[in-house]
Amino acid sequence: MVKLRELAHSRTGDKGNTSNISVIAYREKDFPRLKTEVTSERVKALFAGVVEGEVKRYELPSIGALNFVMTNALGGGVTRSLAVDAHGKSLSSALLEMEIEEGTD
Amino acid sequence: MLRRFAPRNDGDTALRSIRIGSGAGYSGDRIEPAIELAEKGEIDYLVFECLGERTVALAQQARMKNPEAGYDPLLEERMRAVLPRCAAKGIKIVTNMGAANPIGAARRTAEIAKALGLSLKIAAVLGDDVLGACKDGDLPIMEFDGSIKQLGNRLLSANAYLGAEPIADALTRGADVVITGRASDPALFLAPMIHAFGWAMDDWNLLGQGTVAGHLLECAGQITGGYFADPPYKDVAGLARLGFPIGEVDEDGSLVITKVDGSGGAVTAQTCKEQLLYEVHDPTKYLQPDVTADFSQVSVEEIAPDRVRIRGGRGTRRPDTLKISVGYVDGYIGEGQISYAGPGALARGRLALEIVRERLKLTGVQSSELRFDLIGVDSLHGAEASARASEPYEVRVRVAGRTESLREAVRIGNEVETLFTNGPAAGGGAFKSARDVVAVASVLLPRDLAKPSVRFVEA
Repeated sequence: MVKLRELAHSRTGDKGNTSNISVIAYREKDFPRLKTEVTSERVKALFAGVVEGEVKRYELPSIGALNFVMTNALGGGVTRSLAVDAHGKSLSSALLEMEIEEGTD
Repeated sequence: MLRRFAPRNDGDTALRSIRIGSGAGYSGDRIEPAIELAEKGEIDYLVFECLGERTVALAQQARMKNPEAGYDPLLEERMRAVLPRCAAKGIKIVTNMGAANPIGAARRTAEIAKALGLSLKIAAVLGDDVLGACKDGDLPIMEFDGSIKQLGNRLLSANAYLGAEPIADALTRGADVVITGRASDPALFLAPMIHAFGWAMDDWNLLGQGTVAGHLLECAGQITGGYFADPPYKDVAGLARLGFPIGEVDEDGSLVITKVDGSGGAVTAQTCKEQLLYEVHDPTKYLQPDVTADFSQVSVEEIAPDRVRIRGGRGTRRPDTLKISVGYVDGYIGEGQISYAGPGALARGRLALEIVRERLKLTGVQSSELRFDLIGVDSLHGAEASARASEPYEVRVRVAGRTESLREAVRIGNEVETLFTNGPAAGGGAFKSARDVVAVASVLLPRDLAKPSVRFVEA
């Protein structure tokens, strides 16, 4: 197993109470692997306790990226959250910890 | 009615092109990068995006106390820094620093220009304040079950995300500086393109590609290496003197993102990809006042060091509604923190949280929501993620709660502070705070109910 961090980089954005996290392949050839491994189910499980809503995945093959959109993820949103990281800016770092099956290359 | 702006006629038959600099990504952003852009960026436009989700509501409160206030607190400092340089080079400025008082901000800017001996045309964009229309319609709130009416007297403000049209209009009428309140962030950048190239307001693909440009530029340093560095995987040199981005846009929508030579940071395919998806949900439907932009076919290509070409932005018809940011009073938040270190720090931190939890019950502190964190352990990603980590050398206890009154909020911090003499051994650095909360929610308003206009002001 390797950490997702070895294959992809990531950024979190916030709008209201919704957080989105991009997962972008460093190398184009790893994108199919990301699609197989980094599913919305796994992302939802990873953020159990943080994300109360749904996790929806969008695919952007032209830049080798996935975009995860997580609702009810920010304690009511940046303007009212009790959290230390009210924007959820640090969430991408948690995602990069995910374990991914070793590739064949 | 969709209109067409006459293209700027400079007698040149070659593809027209403009360079737009992004001078701020949020209200408190660094000021020198904007000066650097004005001096060395060879830009035609300098845009400052300074208005967060909640800022207008806070500014509205400030304006209620003082009718002259309600615009960005750094307006004066930014304008003093860039006006002389922009005037000398003919660089036009577009900004949303007007917040809750664009006219006030425009007047202040005109005074500053006059004091600096500059003759500039300053315009304010009005009409984003739609509180009346929202109250009449009793619109449903998007984030939770409820409506505008149910907010009652807690409702503070309602501001529409205006589009590029009034800004482009002001530029076409000769404005050197255009100051808006709430406007869509990408629209601040799209407006100069519409003005300079005469793009039709129903050329959805061009507006979509222009929105891609605006979206990439609006957070300033976030596309030149800020919010990106992660050594040793993603190294960025010179973050202390980070250069802010420049978008080179041609009239056919061609786009290159770059920055001033010699400034810190980097523009790479990676920085551009991260920013492309920042705060984006469905990439095929990025809803804007002027267009429904489609980012899903965008491609990025490094064509030279710190030069990235962006292609493939598209668009479809604009939405029939405008997004409205609604500010409302949302009670109070009380908070307390204290630190423990050395052997057994984690156990003492956990004990401290237990004590405060029990004290808040015993003393009957009324709160609708409470949060217990160990900073350094579980405050960012929750208990599950932290269970995998090893024990830290130090932890910081944090308790935060939502209350109906300031008095109750103060009691939360007090129960953490009293751990000094009543809690676990060797607790240090206690801190407490209590504050009122202005929260923001959204509603959708039929677009005809917002009536944007442009007003020029004199010093």
